[in-house]
Amino acid sequence: MNTGRVWKYGDNVNTDVIFPGRYTYTLMPPEEMAKHALEDLDSEFAKAVRPGDVIVAGKNFGCGSSREQAAACLRAAGVQAVVAKSFARIYFRNAINLGLAVLQCDEAVEALVSGDAIEIDFTAGTITSGGRVFKFFPLPESVLGIVQAGGLIEYTKKKLGL
Amino acid sequence: MGLTFSEKVLSQKAGRPVQAGEVVTIAPDYCLSHDNSAAIIGEFKKIGISRVKAPGKIIIILDHIVPAADEKYAQNHKTIREFVRAQELPHFFDIQHGVCHQVLCEEGFALPGKVIMGSDSHTTTYGAFGAFAAGIGRTEAASIWATDEIWLRVPETLQVNFHGSFPEGVYAKDAVLKLIGDQGADRANYEAIEFSGPSAGDFSISSRMTMANMAAEMGAKNGYFEPDTLTVAWVRARTMEDFEVVVSDPDAVYEAVLSYDLSKLEPQIACPHTVDNVKPVREVQGQPVHQVLIGTCTNGRLEDLEIAARILKGRKIHPMTRTLILPASRQAYLEALRRGTIQTLSEAGCVILNPGCGPCLGAHQGLLAAGETVVSTSNRNFRGRMGHRDSEIYLASPATAAVSALEGKITDPRTRT
Repeated sequence: MNTGRVWKYGDNVNTDVIFPGRYTYTLMPPEEMAKHALEDLDSEFAKAVRPGDVIVAGKNFGCGSSREQAAACLRAAGVQAVVAKSFARIYFRNAINLGLAVLQCDEAVEALVSGDAIEIDFTAGTITSGGRVFKFFPLPESVLGIVQAGGLIEYTKKKLGL
Repeated sequence: MGLTFSEKVLSQKAGRPVQAGEVVTIAPDYCLSHDNSAAIIGEFKKIGISRVKAPGKIIIILDHIVPAADEKYAQNHKTIREFVRAQELPHFFDIQHGVCHQVLCEEGFALPGKVIMGSDSHTTTYGAFGAFAAGIGRTEAASIWATDEIWLRVPETLQVNFHGSFPEGVYAKDAVLKLIGDQGADRANYEAIEFSGPSAGDFSISSRMTMANMAAEMGAKNGYFEPDTLTVAWVRARTMEDFEVVVSDPDAVYEAVLSYDLSKLEPQIACPHTVDNVKPVREVQGQPVHQVLIGTCTNGRLEDLEIAARILKGRKIHPMTRTLILPASRQAYLEALRRGTIQTLSEAGCVILNPGCGPCLGAHQGLLAAGETVVSTSNRNFRGRMGHRDSEIYLASPATAAVSALEGKITDPRTRT
């Protein structure tokens, strides 16, 4: 069980506001990426985020470009999961491939507000906050192997026997 | 029960019949990447094998920050060139060629029935030629380099039927903006879009590319136009490689079917800061414009540049509106040069940029200051994308952009010919 705080945002949080294009083609270490996380959406976020915090957002989280830094910067910032009503397709894939948990749960998104304490139990499939419990569907079996291996690079290594 | 294009092509690749919702592991025909190849090389090295599995399937086109805007970008490009040489990759296109989505098509890789994965969200463009083309991330691209495989969920399909013909001053960009505005930026998330109906075959190749490119802005995995004689003639002029035209069955099952009458359309504009915040141009007419960008992989082909040049010929752009021309590729640039289009645009006061992506993603070559407004023919208007977070991006057709450049404010192209 991991405890964190909620950072709540709206629908269509796009990759440009998660990780601005002006930094996209500069190779950056993860801790540097974390400093720019959500820079054009919420300038307080990168300064105040703590390990274990959770982003809660509406539909189509991560829409826009295919840049993986938009997933990597949140993981580097210590975000343990993004809970949203839905995710943009490429973002969803990138997050899994990089080991950032992405959970779909309409009820939690409706109920939670910024600053709420939140606990996520990935095995039980539950989100708990202030005595309220929300269930989420676990990831499809076909992608679980990648997550369990710790991301696509590790998964591929294993597949190639390296 | 019939199958959609996407179901059929992924069934062929998987070697078993599959339907929407199933997950397949397949070997793609090509894997595209651009300046982000430097990051992909980093991921590839983490895997720990020395050689890529299928060098002939890897296409690398440098376009995002070309020529290199600073030393870091120069180092990225150098890293990529060294990798290309070391791995003996046959399909490498250095900075002089243009935007990857245009170049890949011009070089004859975007063929009917091919499965093309690209480490860029606008990979959907190749659906204009009846390919199955979808964007992926960098780590996935590295994994394809290593294994020649990728997992894909077979998408449901949204069919969009067009009938009627465009009124004066209305173009494919207006049609696709209208569609995105009506349906929302996530309407086709995880889905395929088939652009069809009696008018789909009337769209030029360039217009089909505009629409398939913008399918990404509805969240789609891939867009698709059924190949016709125009498609086959276009690709056969560029390659002798074998391909098989794959089309949906007449009784294919669609998630939904939408219908649009082109004759009822008027010029559309996507307002800040989402691509689905679409209004008729006349509703935002008069908004002062500081910069106009005509070009990109969405609208930077000869057809687009000529629409702009017809409007700007013999005239001068507004003194308060700097105007950038960004041809989609060197081939488009050369054709426009030969036909005098570039000269017309330059004489009107436009700045002619080298083919590439630069200003579209706010990387270099004309960023916006706080409080500035741009009318751009590109595909994305997210906050801060083209410069300062307090700048405003409007997306429109080349005609709306060119007329707005003349007037110095957002202007419906039907008010001036």
